[in-house]
Formats: sequence, structure tokens, C-alpha cells
Amino acid sequence: MHPALSVIFFTVASGAGFGMLALSGASTALNAQASALSILLTEFVIALGLTTFGLLASTFHLGRPERAWRAFSQWRSSWLSREGFLSVLTYPAALAMASGWIGLLSPTALKWAGAATALLALATLISTGMIYASLKAIPRWSNRWTVPGYVALGVMSGALLLHAMDRMAAVFAVEAMAMRLTGWIALLLLFIAVAVKLAYWWSIDHAQPRATIESATGLVGRGPVRQFESPHTAENYVMQEMGYRIARRHAKKLRRIALVLGFIFPALLLLPSLVIPGPIGAALFAVLAAVLALIGLFVERWLFFAEARHVVTLFYGASAV
Amino acid sequence: MTSLPPPSPKKLGLVIDLDTCVGCQACAVACKEWNAGGVSAPLPDRDPYGPAPLGVWFNRVHGYEAGEGRRSRTVHFPRSCLHCEEPACVTVCPTGASFKRAEDGIVLVDEDLCIGCKLCSWACPYGAREYDFDSGVMKKCTLCIDRIYNDSVDERSRIPACVVACPTSARHFGDLGDENSAISRIVAERGGVELMPEMGMKPVNRYLPPRPARAGDGHDGPDYLEPVVPAEPERGLLHWIDRILSR
Repeated sequence: MHPALSVIFFTVASGAGFGMLALSGASTALNAQASALSILLTEFVIALGLTTFGLLASTFHLGRPERAWRAFSQWRSSWLSREGFLSVLTYPAALAMASGWIGLLSPTALKWAGAATALLALATLISTGMIYASLKAIPRWSNRWTVPGYVALGVMSGALLLHAMDRMAAVFAVEAMAMRLTGWIALLLLFIAVAVKLAYWWSIDHAQPRATIESATGLVGRGPVRQFESPHTAENYVMQEMGYRIARRHAKKLRRIALVLGFIFPALLLLPSLVIPGPIGAALFAVLAAVLALIGLFVERWLFFAEARHVVTLFYGASAV
Repeated sequence: MTSLPPPSPKKLGLVIDLDTCVGCQACAVACKEWNAGGVSAPLPDRDPYGPAPLGVWFNRVHGYEAGEGRRSRTVHFPRSCLHCEEPACVTVCPTGASFKRAEDGIVLVDEDLCIGCKLCSWACPYGAREYDFDSGVMKKCTLCIDRIYNDSVDERSRIPACVVACPTSARHFGDLGDENSAISRIVAERGGVELMPEMGMKPVNRYLPPRPARAGDGHDGPDYLEPVVPAEPERGLLHWIDRILSR
């Protein structure tokens, strides 16, 4: 599949933003939110900035962005519509939560607003994953690890960003979340996310083909079928959009880059940010961990598209997908 | 609504005979000609006479070789929308632009609602949808809906343009939901198949497989690459001349 930059920006940025909202919503609901109000609000603005930037980036992928509002209508059948619907619903819940932090809500109402924010943010991440997981025509995506991948990577990058901001706030002597809990949660989420991503890669490497050139052409039981001539001399839309292929050795290299930048370096940088007593050093490590993780996720998301093969390529000479 | 309508008894579709298709591209050209002026117009072409033309076509004629050795054969294979009974291209649509008609099962795009997200083209296993980069909307085969129901067209011509154009009658149009229709009888008689049933889209169109080769029609003869006449013995005048000329 053709890796469109707008979609990659969208899924990485809004994934991190909704991950942040899910975590701060959960901590609010559990009454574990110990950071100072100024940090909470800064993190909140950054989270909404990321989700908004992501949603705007996704409209650059559209042929008619001025009609994007129509995408909220078909939530009964379309995961893309559900994603749009849920992402927009998250905003009022998150704003209610923020107003509760300021003190405009009763403690019980604040807990409910936090829970609603967390659930809606998680539901948005799940529906993003389901857009891809529900496409049977792309066998590597309609895979049980696709949705866990989107959720785990989103929440992980959100936790890394929250931790980085907590550490930065500590530099300015603002009371950040107690015991550096966010950092430990981020570390745990890093391990979960890398396990899910490795499982995804393992499963797409070992998946049996779901369709063959014989089943695509209906020429079954006649021996092998191969493309004899192409219907057109140049590429068409179908080949450009669905026929994108990445060389296997490039994919291997990029997987290593994604693994090192997205998971290994952030994990190694998180540890010093958790144990160093000086706030400036800790902040430096935490910020570096978050930035590298986002770059790694960008590579990972690019690969998610580039490695996925569409069954329509069977008509253009692929033998099995 | 992109939720699917209840299954209709009427299922309009095409049956394509892979035995008689000669790969002449007449259906593809006729399709482009009709639809470039019909409800789907325009069907843009970028750089049409340059080195890398890129255009919107609803019908593409592929060529395959099936089997090996003396029993292999070339199969010409027209590919277009199969008007599936459970089309994923419709259910993934976020705006309601893609829909399946309840009355005859034709899958269409309402271009005024389409936002050009291209997700339907990802969902289709058959590559039936092509994006119009000029209008920013998705386009697809309409089964010539502006022709088959068109009162101003001569009644005999109220069939899809590709079917009219086929010089070998390899394309048939009709109601595949009615098991007594002419088109359904051809499918039953010839063992028509659906493409990629494993994708679960339940395509309506059927493809008639190439008929098996008969004994004595050349398929039981020598392999094509074997010499048909035994080589001359390596002596005599002709051999001597051959050696002179071969120098």
C-alpha cells in the first residue's frame, strides 16, 4: 500500500494525543492525578493540539476536504466514520475534565468526566485500528495484532510525552506527578507496545496467503497462472495506490530502525530520567526519549503501509497475497 | 446510507466468457467512450499521449497464461466491478456516497457526497474503483445505469456499452438473481465461477472458464519446442552445402 505522508502524520500525532488524553483521563477517574494544575493544563493543550493537528492532517488526504463533515454520518457501518465521530466526541469530554481540574465540577463529576475522556480516547484509538483491521482485501492488516498495535503505540507515545512534560515542569520547580509514576507507566507501556509490534511483524511474516492469482482469475485447477500481458502500458491509480511494494531488505533495515528509535533507545533513556536526581538531566533524557519514540513510530507507521500488500496485485502479476 | 439494503431478488450483472474473449479491448474502449459522456463524466486522462498516461477506466483487459507445456493457454481477462452482494467498498464509506441499490443491486457512487478518502478503493479486492484526481472523487462502473434504463436509447441497445461492443459475444448482461434468466442458464451450463470467493464479498458477476481442450485438436501433439521433422543425417551434398553456408 502506498504510504501517504498525511495519513502517517495523522495516525502518529493523533495516536499520541489520544494516548495522552486516555492516560490523564484514567488518572483523573482514579483520583490519582497528583500533578500541579499548570502542568495538567499544559499537557492538556498539547494533547488537544496533537489530536487536532492529526485530524487536520488527515483531511489533506481527501480529494474534497470541504466535505469532510459528511464523514460523521455513517457510523453505523463505517469504522472511518466511527473514528471521526468518536474523536470529535472526545473533545467535549476532555473539556469537561479540564473544567473539573479548575474546580468547576464536583469531585464526582470530575471522576466521570475523566472516565469518559479515557474511554472515548481509547475507543478512538481502537476505531483507527479497526479501519485497517477490517479491510479483508489487505490480508496483513486484517490481523489480530493491528488493533492492539494502534492502541498500545498510541498510549505508549502518550505516556512518554506526559513523562517528558512532567520532567520539564520539575525543572521549573513545579510540582509534577508524584514518584515519577508516569515514567514507570511509560516504561511498562513501552514493553507492552514492543511485544505487540513484534507479534504483528512475526504474524505477517508467517501468515499463509489468503488469495492466489488462480483464485483471483477463477482459473483454478489448470496449473500455475501467470501474467502474460498487462492491460495498460503505464501505471494506473490501482497500481499506484495499492501496488506499492518495498524491497524485503529495505523493510528489514527499516524494521531495525523503528525498533531501535521507537522502543530500545526510549527505554534506555527512560531509566536515567527516572533515577537521576537532578531535574535538568532527567528532563533532557525524558524529552529525548519521547522525541526518538515519535520518530521511530513514524518509521513504523510508514512500514505498516509499505509492507501491506493488497490482493488486487494478484491481477497485476503477484502469485499469492 | 452505506449500510447494505436487504438482499434484492433482482441482481443485475455481467457474465464474461473467458473461452471466447479475444482480448481486443473493444469493451474497455466502448466503456470509456460511453462513460466519458454519461453520469460519471468526465473520466480524466493525464498526459494521454505522453510517456506515462494516467487515466480513469472502469474496464481493464488483462492477459494471463494458465497451465504449463502443451496444455497451457492464453486467457484474456476483462476486469470490472462485480457489483458484489456484500460489497466492502460500500460499508466502509464514511459519508454515504457509496451505496448499493435495493432494487437491482447496482453499486454506485454519489459523487456529490464523496469526499475522496479513497478507503473504498482499499476495501475492494478487485480494483474496480479508480480515483478521479481532477474532481477529487471516486468513480466506478455503473453497469451503464444511464443506458440500461434510458428511454431515449433504442430498446435493443439498453445494455451496458461493453456488452454491445463485444465482437465475440463474450460478455452477457442480465439478472443473475433470476435462475431462469438466459444469463443464469449460461452460468449453470458452463460452470460459471465467482472471483476470489475467499474475500467474502459475494460478487454477482460470473466468469465462464475456458472450455477444456479436446483430444486431436493439436494439444496432444508434440511439445511446441520439439523439432517436428527429424534432423537430416550428417552426410551428403546438402550437409556439405549447409556446412559451407554455416561458416
